[in-house]
Amino acid sequence: MASVAHDEHNHADMHHDEHHHEEGFVSKYIFSQDHKMIGKQFLMTAVFMGIVAMLLSVLFRIQLAWPGESSDFLSFFLGEQWAPNGVLKEDMYLGLVTIHGTIMVFFLLTGGLSGTFSNILIPLQLGARDMATGFLNMLSYWFFLVSSLIMLISLFISTGPAMAGWTIYPPLSALPQAMSGSGTGMTLWLLSMAIFIAGSLIGSLNYIVTVINLRTQGMTMTRMPLTIWTFFVTAILGVLSFPVLLSAALLLMMDRLVGTSFFLSDIIVGGEMLANHGGSPILFQHLFWFLGHPEVYIVLLPALGLSSEIIATNSRKPIFGYKAMIGSILAIGFLSFIVWGHHMFITGMNPFLGSVFVFTTLLIAIPSAVKVFNYLTTLWRGSLIFTPAMLYAIALVSTFITGGVTGIILADSALDIAIHDTYFVVAHFHIVMGMSAVFGMFAGVYHWFPKMYGRMMNMRLGYVHFWITLVGAYGVFFPMHFVGLAGAPRRYYDSSSFGDFNESSYNMIMDLNIIITIFAIIAALGQLIFLFNFFYSIFRGPKAPQNPWNSTTLEWTTPVEHIHGNWPGELPTVYRWPYDYSKPGSDVDFIPQTVPLADGEEEH
Amino acid sequence: MENKLIILIAVILGTIALSQLVRVYELSSKLRKTGEYEVSNRDNVLMARLMLIFMIFQFLGLIYLMIKYGWTGLGVAASNEGVETDWLLNLNFVIILAIFFLTNFLLFYFSFKYVRKPGVKAYYYPHNNKLELIWTIVPAVVMAVIIILGLKSWNKLTAMSGSDAIRIELFSKQFDWTARYAGADNVLGRHDYKLTTDNNELALVTSNTIDTSIRVMLQGPSGIEAIQRILNNRDTVLNDSTMNALRTDLSRKERLLRLLFQMKGHHSKKQDNSAWDDIIQKDTLYLCVNQPYEFNFRSKDVLHSAYFPHFRAQMNNVPGMTTRTKFTPILTTEQMRKKMNDPKFNFVLLCNKICGGAHYKMKMIVVVKDKKSFDVWMKQKSKETFKAKYFPAPVSKAPATPATTSAAATTPM
Repeated sequence: MASVAHDEHNHADMHHDEHHHEEGFVSKYIFSQDHKMIGKQFLMTAVFMGIVAMLLSVLFRIQLAWPGESSDFLSFFLGEQWAPNGVLKEDMYLGLVTIHGTIMVFFLLTGGLSGTFSNILIPLQLGARDMATGFLNMLSYWFFLVSSLIMLISLFISTGPAMAGWTIYPPLSALPQAMSGSGTGMTLWLLSMAIFIAGSLIGSLNYIVTVINLRTQGMTMTRMPLTIWTFFVTAILGVLSFPVLLSAALLLMMDRLVGTSFFLSDIIVGGEMLANHGGSPILFQHLFWFLGHPEVYIVLLPALGLSSEIIATNSRKPIFGYKAMIGSILAIGFLSFIVWGHHMFITGMNPFLGSVFVFTTLLIAIPSAVKVFNYLTTLWRGSLIFTPAMLYAIALVSTFITGGVTGIILADSALDIAIHDTYFVVAHFHIVMGMSAVFGMFAGVYHWFPKMYGRMMNMRLGYVHFWITLVGAYGVFFPMHFVGLAGAPRRYYDSSSFGDFNESSYNMIMDLNIIITIFAIIAALGQLIFLFNFFYSIFRGPKAPQNPWNSTTLEWTTPVEHIHGNWPGELPTVYRWPYDYSKPGSDVDFIPQTVPLADGEEEH
Repeated sequence: MENKLIILIAVILGTIALSQLVRVYELSSKLRKTGEYEVSNRDNVLMARLMLIFMIFQFLGLIYLMIKYGWTGLGVAASNEGVETDWLLNLNFVIILAIFFLTNFLLFYFSFKYVRKPGVKAYYYPHNNKLELIWTIVPAVVMAVIIILGLKSWNKLTAMSGSDAIRIELFSKQFDWTARYAGADNVLGRHDYKLTTDNNELALVTSNTIDTSIRVMLQGPSGIEAIQRILNNRDTVLNDSTMNALRTDLSRKERLLRLLFQMKGHHSKKQDNSAWDDIIQKDTLYLCVNQPYEFNFRSKDVLHSAYFPHFRAQMNNVPGMTTRTKFTPILTTEQMRKKMNDPKFNFVLLCNKICGGAHYKMKMIVVVKDKKSFDVWMKQKSKETFKAKYFPAPVSKAPATPATTSAAATTPM
């Protein structure tokens, strides 16, 4: 029924087009309701935010490697106010760290990753004309853009951006007397996040409805590509957890603006005795991490979905254990809601509660291990083609392992005591969630670029970009584990205080910090190659064929030129699962989902 | 400025150069008729080899870092609890390093080995229930071991401290630490933040400190009476914002004052002594080797975290509540200096929760002494009780009484 209605609509559209040959510039490029254009808008915004966040990290890495030394680079970007004589100010250091984390986690890896690829791939891989509602989809992007702008603006106000760390724990974030960034900067942060959450909710609801309702004929749930499964579960996680962050942000806003005491109790700050009593900072942490931990999987699952698709395609093999992969995605999604307390073992939370969270957290290792072994088996006896996307997908598996195993240590409350809030933690989550998700995003961009822009990216530049990024990533984060094991706390402006009690550990931290910063700068410069390749290819890349990677999924059956409604004629019908690569009895090494089963052929 | 110009020019020239290179490459690939979607066999094999080479460098790099830096940063654990933590940590490291090397090896080795070879078709292998069952159960068993051992330690580490433990409070504020020994009775006197005054920074509760606070709240330089005088002064005109600020301040202080009177009503003089004999110690925390300690943590303003890296102990300080942890130091500073081969080494207490601009400077040196020299220090120190140092005798109640009556007269009820 649905497809009939769509065809009529499509017919009307084509009729419509005969009168107006061109869509208006505004409705095509700016207030577009087409999922493909919205996906590209998300990508462009996220790329820009990503560049900003990366630049911020280079700025504070310079401070960490050469503390107190004057740097032209710092004064160029921060000016006399925040870097007098080229030396970073203490407050701004924390501001940079905070905004770097916020942008990377929310704007690049949540908005950018799932916003871009959910939008582009959900309708295309399901065989739908568009998202369930194009208008809400457009709205979700504009909320995202507005929140991005507010976050950027907060960098330029005179009291500085939010500085309480991306976790914005009160009371620090609630009290402007405690640090300058907790004034207007924090208000803007909360405002920006509230809008971001609204946009993310609208988007997620749209994705869920689309996946449930708009699958084309024959596209049963168990014939959906794993990408769609991950976007689907990600959207559900977002809908269930983001409102909790919104509530935390609103309560914090009330503590700041109208004098409530949700998170404040018995405080004297700046010589002023506050009358707030009975609130609990730990309550905020519960609320924050109730989002915060699912957030890790909101970031990671889409990356794993993209890489599943890319690894299967470029191994010319079905993904091993398709059903087990779906099971692990669901298990990870479910467990992610009952593990948040592992961020809070030493916050004063009841230790018994801590032991429950140890148990649930370490359970996640099981579905994660299943996923890793399934990836390995997919590669085994494959016929691997190393496109840049494939390289990134494999690198993702590597960082997923490397960061995952250190998670086992941090999830163990008894061990967490010794290394909590040190650089060990920073290294862990950057590898497992930062690097993995970024690699997944790069893999996705390289792989679906022909679908997005109808042109190919330059492969050799892709290779150079990949190796610089991979070496840079490990060069930054391997040594960082050892900085953490030496007991260096995160969010320290410098480690000079170590010089007062332990010279050898001070020297070690400083040596490693310099190595880390050099790798970080190299990796950051490597991204210029990507940016060049990306923008150059949009305009000048060679024209893409319809199905450049010989893939089986539906998006490669659409014409290269984007059209409204995706397929010019009827919607495709699906007859098989998406992973019929190198199937015995077939002459070609891939059978698209739209090809009916041959006589006597079994599905899989 | 010149530097910036040079940088800018370099960036622009670099971009142009790169785009020209790509152009050349593009033209040449047009001649070769590749469309950037077919990976040539040469490139493919090169990537496969680089994967293996990368793996070797990755492994060597990690091993080098482990050999060079392993635990040198912190040295051996200096507390009973820390020794157990280290044992467990090392065990876990063995497990995760094994997983790391095994799975990363398979990943990169497969990438190398199964690179596309002309004429060889990939092996169609969609699933195998037996295999999948194996790699569900094996991780589950490993996790069970890790969980059981971990929780055993955790329960020990978080159990109530014994009666032999000496209580010490660590009070934190932006940006320093203050220690309070429980004194002769080994009971920490109660505290209430509303009692914070210049000579009662830790806000300890005694009849005397309550009266002092009431007096300060009423008659102090920015007390209630002072504010009322400004507001009621007919000779000056205040602008709206100053007036509002003063009124807000006044109502806040009146609320606090009422609470102080409530506290006074509930407080019994008998409890005074548990606070009077406490000993306040700044700058350096002295501990006695092989003596179990229970630490109580408190914060005046924002979250802090008490991190003793060498004792492998850590706990957050939360405004509005008291948190606890415990450990028994087993090495004196002298012994640790020998082990670390560093005559200037010291134990330390760091702040490990972002607390403001000078967060990174917030620390306290910890000195562990042997029993004999600790006792000598403590004997000297025990003369400086809270009472002796901040409220020396004779403690007179006289000034407090009129304050109370005048308060009753001026406080709006």
